[in-house]
Amino acid sequence: MTTTKHTLVALVEDKPGVLTRMASLFRRRGFNIESIVVGRSELPHLARMTIVIDGSTTMVEQVRKQLDKIINVVKVSDITADDTVARELALIKVGATASTRSEIIQIVDVFRANIVDVASDSVIIEVTGDEEKINSLFNLLRGFGIKEMTRTGRIAMTRGSPGRLPVGKRSSKAQAKRQKT
Amino acid sequence: MKMTGAQILCESLVKEGVEVIFGLPGGAVIPLYDTLPQYPQLRHILVRHEQGAAHAADGYARATGKVGVCMATSGPGATNLVTGIANAHLDSVPVVAITGQVVRSLIGKDAFQEVDITGITLPITKHNYLVLEVGSLAKVVKEAFYLARNGRPSPVLIDIPRDVFIEQAEFHYPSKVDLPSSKPTLQGHPTQIKKAAKLINEAQRPLIIAGRGVIISGAYAELKQLAETAQIPVVTTLLGISCFPESHILSFGMLGMHGTAYANMAVEAADLIIAVGMRFGDRATCKVSAFAPHASIVHIDIDPAEIGKNMRVDVPIVGDVKLVLNALNKLIISTEHIDWFQQLDDWRKEHPLTFVRDSEGLPPQFVIRKIYEVTQGEAIIVTGVGQNQMWAAQHYWYNKPNSLISSGGLGAMGFELPAAMGAKIGCPDNIVWCIAGDGGFQMTIQELATIVQEKVAVKIAIINNGYLGMVRQWQQLFYKRRYVATPLAGPDFVKVAEAYGIPGLRVKRKEEVVSAIEQAMEEQGPFLIDFMVEPEENVYPMVPPGAALAEIIEEPGKEVAV
Ligand SMILES: Cc1ncc(C[n+]2csc(CCOP(=O)(O)OP(=O)(O)O)c2C)c(N)n1
Ligand SMILES: [Mg+2]
Repeated sequence: MTTTKHTLVALVEDKPGVLTRMASLFRRRGFNIESIVVGRSELPHLARMTIVIDGSTTMVEQVRKQLDKIINVVKVSDITADDTVARELALIKVGATASTRSEIIQIVDVFRANIVDVASDSVIIEVTGDEEKINSLFNLLRGFGIKEMTRTGRIAMTRGSPGRLPVGKRSSKAQAKRQKT
Repeated sequence: MKMTGAQILCESLVKEGVEVIFGLPGGAVIPLYDTLPQYPQLRHILVRHEQGAAHAADGYARATGKVGVCMATSGPGATNLVTGIANAHLDSVPVVAITGQVVRSLIGKDAFQEVDITGITLPITKHNYLVLEVGSLAKVVKEAFYLARNGRPSPVLIDIPRDVFIEQAEFHYPSKVDLPSSKPTLQGHPTQIKKAAKLINEAQRPLIIAGRGVIISGAYAELKQLAETAQIPVVTTLLGISCFPESHILSFGMLGMHGTAYANMAVEAADLIIAVGMRFGDRATCKVSAFAPHASIVHIDIDPAEIGKNMRVDVPIVGDVKLVLNALNKLIISTEHIDWFQQLDDWRKEHPLTFVRDSEGLPPQFVIRKIYEVTQGEAIIVTGVGQNQMWAAQHYWYNKPNSLISSGGLGAMGFELPAAMGAKIGCPDNIVWCIAGDGGFQMTIQELATIVQEKVAVKIAIINNGYLGMVRQWQQLFYKRRYVATPLAGPDFVKVAEAYGIPGLRVKRKEEVVSAIEQAMEEQGPFLIDFMVEPEENVYPMVPPGAALAEIIEEPGKEVAV
């Protein structure tokens, strides 16, 4: 079965235990999650999540429906096929001496990344972009000695309006589409 | 007016129409129990083990269609409910479980009798709540009952710290729930219904597979209309039994691992499966890849996540079975499928259910058939798990709607007695027979005391084969007869019953069966019969584990009655 990376966006109630419920579901049903990111949304008491999952379309559809059954999950959409903007942020701590620092700065500039901290023997680089961009920067910096890296995982949004509508405003067309699946 | 949390809970339960609570008290819920006498409308049934409370609430809910309520203290009380909650979850039974919790200031401190019951029950409830402020209690109860009974029914647990029972708040019972995310789709999508109708109208060999969803939505008449209009044969899942009268000419019994040969052959030969309120569980489908190889599949279910989960589907319809069938029936052209019906009818005659062997001993199937005859099919049958369950499913004739209660998804031994008790309490005017295994019965035997104390007139038939029979059957067939840990040196069940104050009889011979059942029926209160059946009788037909429905084995050496 062919698998591809799917991006799901979920609007969830900002309540304790919501993440546990979702994580428990992924574990129990053996769904393998690449990344999951949670943060506030534009709506009060609602958080928005971006979930990246590698799997067949049927499997991901099953994930979506199972997530939808969680009472605190207000809405889940698979936006993989949509036109989206997707970003990830990474912090990379790289070994840097007086002699290598300028070379590092050059690379950082090419990637439109930032140096956000400088210590005597290392720097911290902040970079935003899609996974590939971060991977390439990471590979280029390897030679300097990577001391630490932390990544947020992907967040994503569909381009243009109306986009994915919030609660209660789902168009009848979208509802019809839901029904069929 | 200000009320305590305990009063708010009781008021809320009354508002939800609760009449019976199955429970057992402990430290964390004493304030609640102390309040109960103020609410005589709430009948509390004191069980002897909280597993009994959960199963009883389940049996009560299945028999009445209402939400069953069970209650336990924190810690061990709560964990004892877990099997019963899981059971209700897998069989889609509306149950609200209420547990006490340690006081708020001690939560997370590993306090005495503290367990994280919302964490433990997270995957076996539709939703659960830990109530941290008394002000939200009424809203939580409202939501819990709404969730338990709406959409796909399921258990919901409410965990309440002891000090929340004591704290006071204004009581306002909300008139509506505000749960934007859980509005189940009830009406099927018209386009999908049209597609399904087209397939049905064009099919040569259509077959309905009906599940418990038909019973839950009360779609008996709609299902019958669909079957009769287009002359479609009907088979059911285990939990679908009694959603369609088995005496109906179009009824072909149960499919699956221990289904009738002709039901399984029908699935194999069909060109269209109309799956109604069922979830393609593995005991029903057996080998999924070989299931209904020639058929298109229409799947009607209220839970969108069931669509495509276990089985490929051509026309999915999400919605309430009754409403969907109603809409569908309007588009069905009255037809006949004479050749198809004739084929099935021939199979039915050529491969009848194992008829009862003529033996010296007491065949268990014979016992079940006699219970049917004496009760004239009017009883609610509540089974254990294992061979007794399969014989009860196969050899009783279910013509009365919603007359079989059995642990399907979880297959929890010990369900029989407390669930039968719950069913009888919910439907006191019905005859309730508990068909128990000698193994399973001992798992919740303590509820005999509850039955006596609460005067619950359950009739108990122990199918006593001296074994964990279903496991022994697998050992015989697939493990060269190595009966490891399956022989049971049982107690004298009649004496046990007597100790509890329940009259009983032991039956060893066929001739005694009918009179014993009649005696049980004449008795006002509960009655127990210990049927000493053939120890090594097997359940046939059987689809071996991993095999396809078509690979069904009928009883070796069975004479076929043509
Ligand atoms: C709680 C529980 N433990 C173990 C099993 C596994 N199991 C399935 S059937 C069975 C045998 C049941 O024995 P009994 O209650 O005597 O019924 P019989 O099959 O003999 O009719 C067992 C042990 C189970 N289903 N439930
Ligand atoms: Mg047994």
